[in-house]
Amino acid sequence: MKFLLNDQCIEDNSLPSDFTALRYLREKRGLMGTKEGCASGDCGACTLLVGELNEGELRYSTFNSCITPVQSLAGKHVVSVEYLSQAEKLHPAQQALVEHHGSQCGFCTPGFVLSLASLYEEKQTCQQPIDRASVCDAISGNLCRCTGYRPIIDAGLSMTEIETGYVERLSKNDKVKQTLDELQCSASVDDYLSKPKNYLLPQDLDQLIAVKNIYPDGILIAGGTDLMLENTQRYHDFDTLIDLSQVSEMQGIREDGARLIIGASTTYSELEAYSASRYPHIYHLLGRIASCQIRNRGTIGGNVANASPIADLPPLLLAFDADIQLADSHGTLRNISIHDFYQGYKQTQLKQDEWIVSFTLSLDKLAHCHRFYKVSKRMEDDISSVMLAVRFATEDHQITDVRIAFGGMAATPIRALQAEARLCSAEVDDERALLEAIECLKKELTPLSDMRASASYRLDMACNLLRKGWLAVNQTDVVSFSGHGVSESILTSGMEGEAHA
Amino acid sequence: MRKLPQDFSVDRQRTKKGNLPMHESAVKHVTGQAVYIDDMPEWPNELHVATGKATQAHADIVSINLDKVRAYPGVVDVIVQSDIPGEVDVSPVLSGDLLLAGNFVHYIGQAIFAVAATSLRAAKQAVELAEIVYQTREATLLPQQSLARQEFVLPTHTIQSGDVKSAMASAPHTIRSDMYIKGQEHFYLEGQISVAVPNEDGGVQVFASSQHPAEVQKLVARVLGLPVAQVLVETRRMGGGFGGKESQAAVLGCMAAVLAVRNRCPVKYRMPRQDDMVQTGKRHDFWNAYQVGFNEAGEILAAEYDMVGKCGCTADLSDGVVDRAMFHADNAYYLPNARISGYRGKTHTVSNTAFRGFGGPKGVILAENVIEEIACAVGKDALDVRKLNCYQAGKDTTPYGQKINDDVLPTLIEALEISSDYRARRHAIQAFNKRNAFLKKGLALTPVKFGISFTSKHLNQGGALVHVYTDGSVHISHGGTEMGQGLFTKVAQIVAKAFGIDYQRVNVSATRTDKVPNASPTAASAGTDLNGMAALDAVQTIKTRLCDFAVEHYGIESSDFAISDDLVHLGAETMSFPEFIKLAYMNRVSLSSTGFYKTPKIGYDRKAAKGRPFLYYSNGAAVSEVIVDTLTGEYKVTQVDILHDVGDSINAELDIGQIEGAFVQGMGWLTSEELSWDEKGRITTNSPANYKIPTSADVPEKFTVRLFERANSEESIYRSKAVGEPPLMLGISVWCALKDACASVCNHQYSPPLAAPATPEAVFYSMKAARDYQEARS
Repeated sequence: MKFLLNDQCIEDNSLPSDFTALRYLREKRGLMGTKEGCASGDCGACTLLVGELNEGELRYSTFNSCITPVQSLAGKHVVSVEYLSQAEKLHPAQQALVEHHGSQCGFCTPGFVLSLASLYEEKQTCQQPIDRASVCDAISGNLCRCTGYRPIIDAGLSMTEIETGYVERLSKNDKVKQTLDELQCSASVDDYLSKPKNYLLPQDLDQLIAVKNIYPDGILIAGGTDLMLENTQRYHDFDTLIDLSQVSEMQGIREDGARLIIGASTTYSELEAYSASRYPHIYHLLGRIASCQIRNRGTIGGNVANASPIADLPPLLLAFDADIQLADSHGTLRNISIHDFYQGYKQTQLKQDEWIVSFTLSLDKLAHCHRFYKVSKRMEDDISSVMLAVRFATEDHQITDVRIAFGGMAATPIRALQAEARLCSAEVDDERALLEAIECLKKELTPLSDMRASASYRLDMACNLLRKGWLAVNQTDVVSFSGHGVSESILTSGMEGEAHA
Repeated sequence: MRKLPQDFSVDRQRTKKGNLPMHESAVKHVTGQAVYIDDMPEWPNELHVATGKATQAHADIVSINLDKVRAYPGVVDVIVQSDIPGEVDVSPVLSGDLLLAGNFVHYIGQAIFAVAATSLRAAKQAVELAEIVYQTREATLLPQQSLARQEFVLPTHTIQSGDVKSAMASAPHTIRSDMYIKGQEHFYLEGQISVAVPNEDGGVQVFASSQHPAEVQKLVARVLGLPVAQVLVETRRMGGGFGGKESQAAVLGCMAAVLAVRNRCPVKYRMPRQDDMVQTGKRHDFWNAYQVGFNEAGEILAAEYDMVGKCGCTADLSDGVVDRAMFHADNAYYLPNARISGYRGKTHTVSNTAFRGFGGPKGVILAENVIEEIACAVGKDALDVRKLNCYQAGKDTTPYGQKINDDVLPTLIEALEISSDYRARRHAIQAFNKRNAFLKKGLALTPVKFGISFTSKHLNQGGALVHVYTDGSVHISHGGTEMGQGLFTKVAQIVAKAFGIDYQRVNVSATRTDKVPNASPTAASAGTDLNGMAALDAVQTIKTRLCDFAVEHYGIESSDFAISDDLVHLGAETMSFPEFIKLAYMNRVSLSSTGFYKTPKIGYDRKAAKGRPFLYYSNGAAVSEVIVDTLTGEYKVTQVDILHDVGDSINAELDIGQIEGAFVQGMGWLTSEELSWDEKGRITTNSPANYKIPTSADVPEKFTVRLFERANSEESIYRSKAVGEPPLMLGISVWCALKDACASVCNHQYSPPLAAPATPEAVFYSMKAARDYQEARS
């Protein structure tokens, strides 16, 4: 396996499949600037940058090195804090943090430096100014326990005004581009099936099928943002890992006729970028899922296949009646509705040798009124106590179709069928229908209590979130808070709305 | 003659142009060059530790079978309690904290055996293979239960003033209620860690991430059965401490040391995050029952408080923690007649420990909760009730008899009320709440008055060691530890200022027990007060010698000698500092000195429950504004304005950093950070995936911190005031603002109970209680 680590080209074929990038830097390279704070992708002290060539352009993004297998970075440029300051010159992110007193104990600082450096690269590339929301997004996966963040945010906001004599931007480095080009070429000529390997990166479905036949026990990994916790929290050793992230048929988002097709290996970040100008409510939800670092790695397919009852995308897919395309190691393809996919707690229709290729959503249904509401203890990077995805199709002031799908309310992502039935065919503003639908929810949902929320709160939220959705279809959006600031303009929603209280 | 070194260049990047010194490690932090213990190079034969943890909260151990653990590949050594060569008790003050459990366990997670293996992974995998059979006993898991069962780790203490019984009986109004306040996980970003390296004399050197290296040293010596002088402990920096590395760090040092000496090799004990969150103590939960009597104006006439700390299974530092909760149950308010009882509840959970504020926050939140409730009861703005009850002339004695000698609090509150535009915002919020069906805003101004000094009198001492080298460079060591707060920077500033030399000449290095012995923990916000004063003492000793030398050498008067602006003034002549130091050296002047300080004036008579536990008080106040979604209980903090009293600030940038950081930590404690335990006594919030400290998105854009500019009336170091802990309690303003928003649902006729922390769920049900109250009345 070959990759570019800072300014060093590295080839190492001796690594266990699950050996993390963090361990590689610290234990094999003596690069101690990258820290382990939690080994679960929650604190960001281990944040690194990964650079990859995309149509000749070099783009960098952040990731949590503590839960990323180093072999998944083959052919890419990995940047650690040691690379950013060269010849005694600090990177603008570093200089700004120093000038704003952005470090106290300093343990989290290298992670913040890389998150801010990533933001700096991105904003310089598209020549956009850096605003507060973009800084908070960039550091959404970085925890600091000392500063209270104010000086770090100020540092982020002032990066572009820093004069440090730091000349070269990362993404303008032609030498790096050239090296990555060479690494890509050498990877494609290398017939990777000829030598035994413990970490496989098939490039297309045919290769994936071939690999899966050679290594039938190989564990499938995409972003690894959940799977790797087995390794770092429960100390389970993986043998062979088969990485789905580069399988071309499983990548990307495209419209095909009346359908939107989302590849299973699409990351949250990719879906976030795609939906930004098209689907503002999906975009808003993605901002509430995990952190920037996790969204850069985690995939839609992983979130669905993992079958967690508290995952946020399954309710969304239920609301849009998504179809799932599956493939297996014999090359058999089949379609299944998301409504049939979940069988029980962490159980799905996926067979032993089967995986998700893509999701298909109807563009018509995407055009319906839809909302997503996520309730958690913290706005950024927290798991839902309750999540509601709701879609209303309306015609002539009547609800003609409705989907009410919840996360966190049962052993699987779940639809509230009785409530749906009660609202279907009702007048849009028939509050009695809403109240009866809410009564249905109370009967058909039996959530659990845990450390995130009590059962009674979950049920109360299910009811009130449905009310929020119903208000939205009645043109009364009640503000839903996010990680971003509360602007005065959105506070006018609900004014004089006593009738609905 | 040997050449003396030349004057060094002062071009290092340590200060912003013309501004205050930045943190001494700032550049090292951002470049990743700052070395934490886990970053030190490992020896090829270094071993790694993991411990086998109890799975029962309260049980006798019937049998232990560790055969599979010993046989696991990579395992080099496995020890149980009987393998500890010296004492097994590693309690900081009293007794009961065992390095390894014997035949009895009293919390889930308690270490029963320890493994040293060639890798941490092997050690962690091996410990899972132990076969341990328990005979379980009934467990006490809540402080209310320990009160009911009269199970305490230490005796109860009571403070009384006036005649509370008759004052309560004659009070026009009374409120009687109780509140449960949950604890807090420290979540220092660098987990607990120690590395022990045996030396050639049978002793050991320990690198510890500890706020109290001297205690690590003492306890390592105790478990090894060695004289203290055989153990050297070094702490360069911690990746955060917050009290969590005051007593808790010693266990790691001791375990690593026992295994290092047994195996004659370096041993590292680093707790992975989950172990850290399960096995080390946290902020105490408290259950506070209270009754207050007050008049129509909202003036408090009588207060009876029963405060029960959830101390966990042993005493640890809980005596001081519960005492400090009691000392702060008045917060900023005069209680003419009071009884405050503090109970040290024993529970079969991890032994709770120091956490920034050290019990104080549990007293302050009680006081502020009482104010909010009184305000609703008498129909006043809570700020007016606060101002009415605030310590002032004629209302200046605390329940424990210490006098408040200045008017800082009322002045500061008034100044913040004006600068934050409190009254206008209150009106705007009332109007907003009337008009908005789904959103409610809340506002609160809460003060803090925090006593500065360790309540254990003997800890109020500091030591320092100052060397001046022949090139004029200065080295300062002191007993304090650097955990990010900027102590090393401040003490270096003090040394530079005391000498009259450029700050760049002063160098800092690791805290070591062989440089300054028997040092107190860096805690109680007292780091700069104690160590800065000790450093000043050392500098003055050296300066006196230099003056005596100048008088003798140049035949000048001592009044003609001065060092200022980095120059030595000898009558009409001046000389550079390095030149003069070289001359002093050539004339055999001693250029090194220790320094010492002990806090004057303090003393508390425990029997009488009266005295002066604190040299002075640090004060502050915060105004927080929140907006709540009544459909879900979700909220945002939209504005925070803080005015805080640090006396004459030594470094305003560092002080503001402490204030902001403490505020957000206090806000986290009362908002998103919720510890959770199951019915077996197992902590279910054992990872950052389920325990949520604030992120940048939780901090409001409108966040203003200003310093209250007035010198300390006591003779503290350069008349500054301690800053580490007090502003944490300003986070209570967020909780009170949420409570205010909840009370707005019933037009402030009633202040509904609000859980602490006020999670969205807690806020939702508090609002529901307000709505229910409203409906019951209409």
